Amino acid sequence: MSERLLDVRDLKIEIDTRRGRAVVVDGIDLHVDKGETLGVVGESGCGKSLTMLSLVGLLPNRIHTTGGSAHFAGTDLLRMQPAELRAVRGGRIGFVFQDPMTSLNPVMRIGDQLMESLRQHKRLDKAAARQRAGELLKLVGIPGAEQRLESFPHELSGGMRQRVMIAIGLACDPDLLIADEPTTALDVTIQAQIVELVKGLKQRLGMSVVWITHDLALIAGLADRIAVLYAGTVVEDAPAELLFRDPAHPYTRGLLASIPRLHGEDGARLSSIGGTPPEPGRRPQGCPFAPRCPLAEAMCHDIVPALAPLRGVATPHRVACHVANRVREAA
Amino acid sequence: MGAEPLLRIENLQKHFPIRLGAFGESTAVVHALDDASFDIIAGETLSLVGESGCGKSTTGFTILNLHRATGGQVLYKGRNIAGLDEKAMRPIRRDLQIVFQDPYSTLNPRMTVGEAVGEPMLFHKLVKKPELAERVAQLLGDVGLPPRFAQRYPHELSGGQRQRVAIARALACQPRFIVCDEAISALDVSIQAQIINLLLDLQEKYGLTYLFIAHDLAVVRHISDRVGVMYLGRFAELGTRDQVFGTPLHPYTRALLSAVPEADPVAERSRQRQVLEGDVPSPLSPPSGCRFHTRCPLAMDVCRSTVPAWRDTGVGHFVACHAVPG
Repeated sequence: MSERLLDVRDLKIEIDTRRGRAVVVDGIDLHVDKGETLGVVGESGCGKSLTMLSLVGLLPNRIHTTGGSAHFAGTDLLRMQPAELRAVRGGRIGFVFQDPMTSLNPVMRIGDQLMESLRQHKRLDKAAARQRAGELLKLVGIPGAEQRLESFPHELSGGMRQRVMIAIGLACDPDLLIADEPTTALDVTIQAQIVELVKGLKQRLGMSVVWITHDLALIAGLADRIAVLYAGTVVEDAPAELLFRDPAHPYTRGLLASIPRLHGEDGARLSSIGGTPPEPGRRPQGCPFAPRCPLAEAMCHDIVPALAPLRGVATPHRVACHVANRVREAA
Repeated sequence: MGAEPLLRIENLQKHFPIRLGAFGESTAVVHALDDASFDIIAGETLSLVGESGCGKSTTGFTILNLHRATGGQVLYKGRNIAGLDEKAMRPIRRDLQIVFQDPYSTLNPRMTVGEAVGEPMLFHKLVKKPELAERVAQLLGDVGLPPRFAQRYPHELSGGQRQRVAIARALACQPRFIVCDEAISALDVSIQAQIINLLLDLQEKYGLTYLFIAHDLAVVRHISDRVGVMYLGRFAELGTRDQVFGTPLHPYTRALLSAVPEADPVAERSRQRQVLEGDVPSPLSPPSGCRFHTRCPLAMDVCRSTVPAWRDTGVGHFVACHAVPG
């Protein structure tokens, strides 16, 4: 059994709205082992980004965690004092966000932004921080790294800016790198560069990675294990190969069927999932997917299914569905 | 294909002059589109792919005369429509429509869905007021929305529903040709499939011709008859879907296809990816010769000095590359 690095249990996040509090994350269970890459997949509004932000105390105003725990290397992040959390954030947990243009400071040189985190967390002096910043830029494959320390963010291309973000995320040798849609704003050839870069770095540095995305094809080649989120809950959690080969939740199956493929059969029409995901605050009473589910039965509309191991499989494969087991056994 | 072209594009060119420096003291020219020549065949879906800044949207806009062409022609019904003034364009606009990526920014927030869909028909005097509601309901039905949606405002709709409204509005004047400019790019996977299916259904029902601009190659493979690949303002390759995806000729097309991830962990693990080095150069000063030569694994001397000719390899598979024989 590998060692657990991050263990999120029953996490709840709510938003204050004019009509009262709306639940956006409703009991998420997630874990990441040491050296593992977890893919967190879901559509907009499923709570994948909020979940990760909540771990390091970066939720926007009016959005609060209201329940659950998130143990990181044994300590509950949700119950840490702000000062302790500051030490973890950017230290043992590194972050890479989707849009480097809004997360980099536009009036600060690249080098200074890198050194800021090194001086804060690693207590390096100026010269040492500068040297390490240069090494980091080299590590993420920025040509002319030393000179680039003097550049401002706007002087770099989108792909280069994202490399800088990754360098900042990696600055303090984190145990865990959380990458939130880091390639969504990038072109596909640049995306390929970044993916290869993170894969290589992960192997060299031996860290764990959580990669948040809506892109199933992208995550296929990246993740060891994948958690599929729907409307603020984990509906399925399985090793990547298993999830693609033998998806158990009707939502996962629908998602996989609705993406066009680059190779192979080309059917005339894609199969699609009817309807739209529920809005926060208007969640159905039972299974959140029940209103769109082709297999929904009466109980699905009343009772929320728990995330439980699939029956009769050797590998850990968890699914939150009342009918999944039965449908599989019948098939 | 040999079928009649609906639109014939000849040497189409679009340059944008821009001012540089803090006080706009110097000017430069963005070479957004150069020497594009191709036909759009009635009833087909022609997709344009390429990375940001490659000129695919500019091509769509310039064909519709939403951007005034810097040079070249767009022949529609035997007449060059590039550069026509608004008044002369008006009757032609009915036939040539566009759907944008973000319907939230293109639908007027103060107009109901019914007003938004009805407006083009009233403008072009295609229906009389009393028949309007019925026609709007019919159009909403075409895009899979119930008639009661006519009373709603854009902010009350989901992203997928808004895109359906934008499509209904584009359909209102019974067009022959629709430019879909990243029309499904902002949608979630499950909704994206719904809209793709809708576009295909409508094409079948009304014999529409699409110019489909997108960056998702898997989607493009799914819906296209033919595909054009662009790089930095020029066409690199154009052919049938099977030609471009099955036997790509241009090194850029091959690199692009190789960069696309596949939804298959096993295949991904064993895959040899050809990762392109570097970034796309600036369209302000595109590289001499072939614009791809700075990143091309096959670049030769001639590529640095001479723009490769745009030629048909014999079977309707066009390419612009010195390294491709024949």
